Amino acid sequence: MMSKCTTACVLCGAVLALSACGEKTEGAAKKSDVPAYQGSTGPSAFVANGWKAGDQAAWEQQLRHRAQAQNEYTRTPTQP
Amino acid sequence: MARMKFICDAERCIECNGCVTACKAEHDVPWGVNRRRVVTLNDGLPGERSVSVACMHCSDAPCMAVCPVDCFYRTDDGVVLHDKDVCIGCGYCSYACPFGAPQFPSNGTFGLRGKMDKCTFCAGGPEANGSEAEFEKYGRNRLAEGKLPACAEMCSTKALLGGDGDVVADIFRNRVLVRGKGSEVWGWGTAYGRPATGGPQQAKPEGKKS
Repeated sequence: MMSKCTTACVLCGAVLALSACGEKTEGAAKKSDVPAYQGSTGPSAFVANGWKAGDQAAWEQQLRHRAQAQNEYTRTPTQP
Repeated sequence: MARMKFICDAERCIECNGCVTACKAEHDVPWGVNRRRVVTLNDGLPGERSVSVACMHCSDAPCMAVCPVDCFYRTDDGVVLHDKDVCIGCGYCSYACPFGAPQFPSNGTFGLRGKMDKCTFCAGGPEANGSEAEFEKYGRNRLAEGKLPACAEMCSTKALLGGDGDVVADIFRNRVLVRGKGSEVWGWGTAYGRPATGGPQQAKPEGKKS
């Protein structure tokens, strides 16, 4: 009876001790990011018109054009 | 393209917190985490001013310098981003940042500090642009959709400007010139440093002091 108990304890200990061996190692390597001008893989309905994914110059132009929407002086008839 | 920058026009900010709300809604930012917030100076006194503050995507980012696991990186557009798979939530970046940008959700076991979260300039993270995995960790990637940050684009008074640093600086400079004031509380020099203090060389708005 005593030996069965000891064996069970040893087996349980072994299972616990080896359980960590199954853990996945976490990759600490930093992933490279895809440039924004390459476009989005998300729903196309959210993508702004006026530029084409992969065209860096068109993307930059699109953002410059969009930034001007924050400039109310471009909306008034006469520039100050 | 120049570097992506934010600048807040303190003369125009009315402390509506629309930028904060837009950011939280756009990226499903959890409770307790504020990627952007509005800071009010001299609250209730004459001359009260408000400034919308978030990560300023510094050219020489202190968070990047102190991170022990080097989880930060800078995109070609000058946006400072981080990899949440590498972040260990130590909080060093939080102590280093002069703007209080890094945020930590306290939703782990025993109130454990989670992975750092901060403004991404709506540029997502290292996952595929616009992917669900990217959204879950970092929120929407508006830059990859040809858009500018939601906070700046929906600002009702156009106090918060965001985009290409050259364009944004031009818009702000023009305003200061027209009204003859307005860069004293929070100008380009305050936000990004003056040339004498090691900041990037920027054209200083010529305006009459108020």
